[in-house]
Amino acid sequence: MRAHAFPGGVTRGTETRSRPVAGGGVRRRYEVDLMHIMEGFLPVGHAAAWTAIAAPFVGFGARRVVRQLRQRPEDRLALGAAGAFVFVLSALKLPSVTGSCSHPTGTGLGAMSFGPPVMAVLGTIVLLFQALLLAHGGLTTLGANVMSMAVAGPWTAWAVWRLAMRAGARKGLAVFLGATLGDLATYVVTSAQLALAFPGEAGTGAAFVKFAAIFAVTQVPLAVAEGLLTVAVMAALEGKGVLEGGRA
Amino acid sequence: MTSSRKISLLVLAAALLAAAPLALPIQGSFTGSDDAAREAISATGYTPWFTPLWRPPGPEVESLLFALQAAIGAGGLGYVLGRLHGRSRRQ
Repeated sequence: MRAHAFPGGVTRGTETRSRPVAGGGVRRRYEVDLMHIMEGFLPVGHAAAWTAIAAPFVGFGARRVVRQLRQRPEDRLALGAAGAFVFVLSALKLPSVTGSCSHPTGTGLGAMSFGPPVMAVLGTIVLLFQALLLAHGGLTTLGANVMSMAVAGPWTAWAVWRLAMRAGARKGLAVFLGATLGDLATYVVTSAQLALAFPGEAGTGAAFVKFAAIFAVTQVPLAVAEGLLTVAVMAALEGKGVLEGGRA
Repeated sequence: MTSSRKISLLVLAAALLAAAPLALPIQGSFTGSDDAAREAISATGYTPWFTPLWRPPGPEVESLLFALQAAIGAGGLGYVLGRLHGRSRRQ
């Protein structure tokens, strides 16, 4: 949809090369959002499988949200802030060095504050909003998109953050690494999902390398920006004594 | 360095990082295209089997809805930070 030049391996021949357009500049002809797979753009079997895989994560996450709110009602505000952060960041399509746009995810903040299961729920809400109102992502591809943005990203952010803290990194650095790598993990998983569905003639491995290579260049600067923003928002919330982090 | 100054610097750095590609001599329109992406996967012989139930009637409405999404998020975040700020001042 919005973002990322589409890797050549997915289509036949040379059709995917950038081609000159009227007006002079070279416009990247084929672009796709590597984060939210478009409606109907996963084969039925893949769509069903990803939905089945994602469902338990969302169900478990929903129970965690309910339990969290029952045990610590005062967390309502901070949970809202984590959800709001995802809303803002995933609405911001930012230009990147490849000449196309992509958007950050914002799921690291909540994952590090409340644990990854909670983000499966908040991420799904955002994905549903975008699928229904913006035709961005889709209902048939919701499962796959939930797995990348609301499961893989948050778990990666949380794991990296925990490891960094345990290794003695400063808090800010650990949060930065968690948020940045969580953002990247989302795009790695989407690349893998698309490569599995559309291996082309070169095979899944080659398709993945092509998807991932292109996403990486586009996404790295944005992931770093998300890392910095997450540290800032985390610090702002902690300054008010709400988020301690690491309760999950 | 005070905490609020640190936060400001972090936000500024993130903003600069996001804006930098616009200042660099990079070819590209900084847009994606739904149609082009659809075309690319369709070129493999794949036909999508489901289409969005509803899609924004045009790019303006679409950006309106994206702005709405950002506004909801920014509003929520601002509300929480404001409330917490008020609470911490009262204590």
